[in-house]
Amino acid sequence: MSFSPEFERKVGDIIREYPNREAILLPLLYMIQSERGFLSKEDELYAAEKAGVSPAWIRGVVTFYTMFQGKEIGKYLIQVCTTLSCFLRGSDSILEHIKQRLGIDVGGTTPDKKFTLVTVECLGSCGTAPVMQINDDYYEDLDIEKVDEILNSLP
Amino acid sequence: MELILTKNIHKLNSESIDVYLSGGGYRSHEKALKTMTPDQVIEEVKKSGIRGRGGAGFPMGGKWGFVPKDDSRPHYMVCNADESEPGTFKDRIIIEKDPHLLIEGIIIGSYAIRAHLAFIYIRGEYVHGYNILKKAIAETYDKGFLGKNILGTGFNLDLILHRGAGAYICGEETALMDSIEGKRGNPRLKPPFPAQIGIFKNPTNINNVETLANVPAIIEKGGEWYSKIGRANNTGTKLYCLSGHIKRPGVYELPLGIPLRELIYNHGGGMLQDDRKLKAVIPGGSSVPVLTADQVDVLMDFDSLQAAGSMLGSAGIIVMDDSVCMVKATHRITKFYAHESCGQCTPCREGTGWMEKLLRRMEAGRGENGDTELLYDVAQNILGNTICPLGDAAAMPVMSFVEKFREEFEFHISNKRCMV
Ligand code: SF4
Repeated sequence: MSFSPEFERKVGDIIREYPNREAILLPLLYMIQSERGFLSKEDELYAAEKAGVSPAWIRGVVTFYTMFQGKEIGKYLIQVCTTLSCFLRGSDSILEHIKQRLGIDVGGTTPDKKFTLVTVECLGSCGTAPVMQINDDYYEDLDIEKVDEILNSLP
Repeated sequence: MELILTKNIHKLNSESIDVYLSGGGYRSHEKALKTMTPDQVIEEVKKSGIRGRGGAGFPMGGKWGFVPKDDSRPHYMVCNADESEPGTFKDRIIIEKDPHLLIEGIIIGSYAIRAHLAFIYIRGEYVHGYNILKKAIAETYDKGFLGKNILGTGFNLDLILHRGAGAYICGEETALMDSIEGKRGNPRLKPPFPAQIGIFKNPTNINNVETLANVPAIIEKGGEWYSKIGRANNTGTKLYCLSGHIKRPGVYELPLGIPLRELIYNHGGGMLQDDRKLKAVIPGGSSVPVLTADQVDVLMDFDSLQAAGSMLGSAGIIVMDDSVCMVKATHRITKFYAHESCGQCTPCREGTGWMEKLLRRMEAGRGENGDTELLYDVAQNILGNTICPLGDAAAMPVMSFVEKFREEFEFHISNKRCMV
C-alpha cells in the first residue's frame, strides 16, 4: 500500500499550509478516501503517521464523521434526505421506491456494487425538497419519475 | 428595499471575481485596510447593531471586540459555513452564488481582529460550494487581495478552506474548533470562550456566513445606515428560508421584523395546496419551539420571537399544513438530534435516544398510557443540563409540540393511530 509521489507532494503541501500537524487530518483522510474509495486499516495507519497521532485517535475520528467510509461502498452512493422539510414533501415514498427498485434496504449495496443506499440528515436544500445526493451531486425537487430517470442515466 | 446579501445572485457568473468587481466589489476591504484602523472597523460594526445570523443572535461588534488587542499570540478568524440545521439553506446561496461577498467580509473581519490566518469551515456535503469557494479563493490570491502585503498596506492574510465530514454538531463553535484541529467534533465547556482560547489555544473569532456577508455593506455605507434597516435592536436584512407546505419555497431577503404571515402568504404564496389549512410553523430551524397557526402575526426578529415563546434561530421557516401528524413531525425532528448527539453528556446522549424511541413507539401504535408525560419529562431533564446547546435544541421542540398539540399525542396512544 503506497501512494504516488504526486500524492505525497500534495500531502506535503497541506502540512505546510496548516499551523499544526494534527490539523491536516480531515483533509488528509479526504485525499486518501478519494484515491481509494474508502479507508482501510492500512490507510488509517498511514494517516496516523502523517498527522503524528495515534491509530486510536484516527479510529475515533473516522467513526465520528459520517462521510468517512470504513468499508467498501458502491460506485454510486445514494443519500436520501428524510429530515422534516423533505419528509413534508414526500421523501418517504422516494426512499421506498429506491429500495424496491434496487432491491436493497437502507445501508445496503447492490450485488453488482453499483449502488449503495443510505439516508442522510438535512442536506441544506429544503427549499427544493425532496432531495438526494449521489456522490458529489444534488438532485432536487424529486418525484418518482425523476428518480427513475436519474438512476437510468447513471452508467 | 435595497438588497444587501442577494443583490448579485441573479447575475450571470455571479460567483466570478470579475462580475463581483464590476458590481463594485472589493472596495470595502480597500476602504477598511487603507483608511480605517482595526478599532474603527469594529466601531462601525458596533454602530450597525448587527447580531449574529448563526442562531444565537449575539451582537457581532461586541464579539469582535472580545478578541484581545495587545496579545502576542496569533489570532484566527473562522467563518462557520457548516450549515446543517434542518430547514436552513441560506448560507449555501451566498457560498455558491456570491462567494466573494463572503471572502471580502472575512478579509475585513480578519483585519479588525488582527488575524493573519482565516478559515472557512464548510460542511462536507456542500461539495459544489466547496469547489466554488476554492476557485474564488484562488482568484482572490491572484488579485492580491489575499496573501502578503495586501494592497500594499502591509496587512497579510491567508485563507484556508477546511471541509467538515458530516457531523451537525461541528456547527457549534467549540466543536468546530476541535474539528479544525483534526479531532472528533466534541463541544467544549465555555468559558473559556474562543476569543481567549480558541483553535490551537489562540484567540479565535467565529462568525456565520450570513453575518460576515453583511460586513462589506456596513463598511461601504456605514453602521448608521445599516442600523436604520429592520427594527431597533434587530437591525439589517435577513435571509429567510421557506420550506415545507408552501407554494414558493426558497430564500427571501427582507428586513428583520417582517410579520411571519406576510412571509408565508405574500412572499411564499401561501399553502401548497389551496384546500389545506395552515397548522403549524417552525420559525427558526427545527431546534426552536413550534408556533400554531394563530401565532403567525408575530414579527420575525430576535426579540419578537422570543417574546412569543420561540426563537429566530437560523430563520429556517418550516410550514406544515393540516395533513401533518404532529407525533410524526416530532419524531422526525427528534431522530435528527438523536443521530447528531456527540455523546459527551449523559442527558443528551441518553435522553435524545429515549425520546426517539418513545416517539417511534407512539408512531407505531404501541404507545402506552403516560408516554406523553414521560416524553415531556425526559425533554425537561435534558434542557439546561448539557455542555452545548444541542441538548436544548433537542428538548425545546419536543416540549413545544407536546404543549401545543397534546391531544394528538394522547389520541395516538389511545387509538393507536393518527388524528389526521
Ligand atoms: S449536549 Fe449533546 S451534542 Fe452537546 S456536548 Fe453534550 S452530548 Fe454532545
